[in-house]
Amino acid sequence: MGFKSHCFKKSLWVFHFGGASCNNCDIEILDCLAPRHDLERFGILLVGSIRHADVLLVNGSINKRDRERLLELYNQAPKPILVVAIGACGCTGGIFAEGITFAGPVDKIIPVDAYVPGCPPKPEAIIAGIVKLVNKN
Amino acid sequence: MENHPAVQMLETELGSDFLKADIRTPKRIIVSIKPGAILRSAEYLHKVAGFRFIIASALHTRNGFEIHYHFSRDQEGLILNLHVVLDAVEPRIESLSNMFSASNWIEREIHELFGIDFLNHPNQEKLISEGNWAEDVFPYRKKFKSATES
Amino acid sequence: MGRKVLIPIGPYHPLQEEPELFKLYCDGEIVRDVKWETGYNHRGIEKLSESKTYEQVFFLVERICGICSTSHPFAFANAVEEIAGIEPTNRAKYIRSIIGELERIHSHLLWLGLAGHFLGYNTVFMWAWKYREPILDLFEMITGNRNSYAMFRVGGVRRDIEESKISAIEKVLDEFRRKNDLLTGAVMDDPVIHARTKGVGVLTRQDIIDYCAVGPTARASGVATDVRKDDPYAAYPLVDWQVVTAEEGDVFAKTKVRLLEMNESVSIIRQCLKGLLKEKEGDIMVKVNEIPEGIGQGRAEAPRGEVFHFVVSDGSNSPARHKIRAPSYVNIATFKKSCIGQTISDATITLAAVDPCYCCTERLAVAYDFSTGEKIMNAKSLMDISVAKTAEIMKIQGKKHE
Repeated sequence: MGFKSHCFKKSLWVFHFGGASCNNCDIEILDCLAPRHDLERFGILLVGSIRHADVLLVNGSINKRDRERLLELYNQAPKPILVVAIGACGCTGGIFAEGITFAGPVDKIIPVDAYVPGCPPKPEAIIAGIVKLVNKN
Repeated sequence: MENHPAVQMLETELGSDFLKADIRTPKRIIVSIKPGAILRSAEYLHKVAGFRFIIASALHTRNGFEIHYHFSRDQEGLILNLHVVLDAVEPRIESLSNMFSASNWIEREIHELFGIDFLNHPNQEKLISEGNWAEDVFPYRKKFKSATES
Repeated sequence: MGRKVLIPIGPYHPLQEEPELFKLYCDGEIVRDVKWETGYNHRGIEKLSESKTYEQVFFLVERICGICSTSHPFAFANAVEEIAGIEPTNRAKYIRSIIGELERIHSHLLWLGLAGHFLGYNTVFMWAWKYREPILDLFEMITGNRNSYAMFRVGGVRRDIEESKISAIEKVLDEFRRKNDLLTGAVMDDPVIHARTKGVGVLTRQDIIDYCAVGPTARASGVATDVRKDDPYAAYPLVDWQVVTAEEGDVFAKTKVRLLEMNESVSIIRQCLKGLLKEKEGDIMVKVNEIPEGIGQGRAEAPRGEVFHFVVSDGSNSPARHKIRAPSYVNIATFKKSCIGQTISDATITLAAVDPCYCCTERLAVAYDFSTGEKIMNAKSLMDISVAKTAEIMKIQGKKHE
C-alpha cells in the first residue's frame, strides 16, 4: 500500500471552494449531503477549513481575483490532497471561458485529480466521480 | 397619449432643464433632462412622488455617455427613466447616493466600467475590479471610428 | 466606546456557499458597522456576450444564477418582447408561469433549509431539502434538467407540457402541499426558532422605502410590492392569487412570508395546469421575424424580488446594450440597517434573511457592442488590460524609488 492510498483509505473530508460560479454546482454539492443522497453515510464530510481536508472541490469559472485565493488554499492544504473540478465551468470554464476576468480552468492553476462535467452535474454524477476517485488511489 | 401627472410635475419643476418626455406606453416613460437637474428630479420622484429607484444603466454611444436612471412606481407598474447625456471626454454627474443608498453600488460599478465620475459620492471605491482588471481600464467603453469622421 | 474588533465572514466561509467578504466591526458582542467586498464572483459576462444572439443570450442569463435560473430569462424575454411587440400565446404563458412558480417553491425551500442551517438547526435543513427533491424531479420530467431549464425563448417556450404529465405534476403538488403544511406548522410553532428570529434584524416600512428593497424582504415589512401584481406578465393576470405580506419586518416575518408564498405558488400552478387543459390547441411559440430597433424594459418577480432587464436593440441580431439588475443588489444594502446593533450571533441569520444571492449581484451588466459594426476582440481587450496592468506596476515601483 502506497503512501497516498494509505492517506485516503478512510473517510474523506471535503473542502468546497466556489469560484465565480452560477451557484448551481454549489447547490448540487450540498444536495449530495441532503437526505436523498446522504454522502455523509460514507464518512464524507464538508469541513470548514482546508487544513482538515482530504479533498478540495472546486466549481465555477475562476476569475483573476479568485485565482490568488485558490492558489493560497492549495498551498495551505495538507498534502497529499485530491482536487476535484466540478461542473462545466470547473472543467473548462464553460460559458464564461471567454470572459474578461477569466483566469483559466482549474487545471491550469492547480493539478486536478478528477473531473465531473455537467451543467450542473447531477448529484449522482458527483457521487460517481467520488467513487472513481477513491478507487483510483 | 396623455401625460402622466409625474411628468407634468417634473416639467413645471425643472423648467428649461426638462428636455423631452417620450411616453412609449402608459407603463414605460422616458424623460430626458439636463445632467445638472438630476438631483432635483430624483429627489422629486423618490421623496414626493413615491417612486422606487430600480437601477441606473450607462451606455457609451456616439453622443457620449448616456445614463438611464430607472424609477418604478409600483402601484401602477410604471417604469420612468430619467435619461441624461454626459460629455464624451470628461463624463461626470452628481451622485444620488447621498439621497438613497440604493444607488451607491451601481455608481461605483459604472465608475469602474465606464469611468464616469460621480461627484460628491460618499465612497467611490473599487467594487468589483480589485484584482480583476487594472485601474484606468474601462472595459465597457467602446471604440468608435471617431464620431466626427463618420 | 471600546475598541472595535473586525470579524471577517468570507470570502470562502463554510457558512456561505458563495464567495463574498463581509467585515463586521464589533464592539464586544455588538456589531457596530458592516462592510462588504465583492468581485470574487465577477465573470465579466459582458465581453463574452458580445457575440451572442438573442437566442443564445437566454442560455447565458440562465447561468447568471443557478437558483433563480428562470427569473433572468423571464425578464429578458419580457424585455425583448416589449421591443418586438410580441405577445406569446396563452399556452406559452401558462407554461412560463408554471416553471416560474415551481422555481419559487424550490428556491424558498432551499432558503428555509439554509436558514435552519445558519441557526444551527440542521433538522430544518434536512427536512426542507428532502421536500425539495420531488420538485426538482418535476423539473427533470418537464425540462430534462434539475436546474438551468432552457425553457424560454423569444415569443414562447421551447418545450410543451404534455397532457400525460399534468396528472403526475398535480400528484406531486398535492403531496408537497401536505408536507408544506407540516413544515410550516413545525417551523412556526418551534420555540427555538421564535427565540432566534423574532425581533431580529428588523427592517421598518420606511427602511424598505429608503433602501428601495424588493421581494420577500419588502413584503415582510408590510410593503406589498410584487411585480407579478404590479406590472403583470405571463399568466399571472389570468389566475387568482394573493400577495403575501407581514408587518413585523424581522427574520421570522420573512420566514413566514416565504412559507405562505409557497402555498400561493402551488395554487397558481394548479390553475395554470387547468388553463393548459383548456388551451389544448395553442402553439407554444410565436414566430419572430426580427427584433427592431428600440428599448425594452422587462421585469419578473424572482424568488428574491424584482429582476430587471434593460435591453437596447439597434436592429441587429444581438442586443446593443443589456443591463441586468438582480434583487440582491439592492437587498444586500439593507444589512447596514438590519445588522448594526445586533449581536454577532444574530448577524449570520440576519445576513441570510434577505436570501442574498451573490452570483446574481455580481453578474453585472451584460454589454454588447454591435453599434460600431466592429467587434471588440477578446484577446485584444485582454491584451489592453495586461498592458495597463504593467503600466500600473511600473507606476507602483516608481513610487517605491522615491
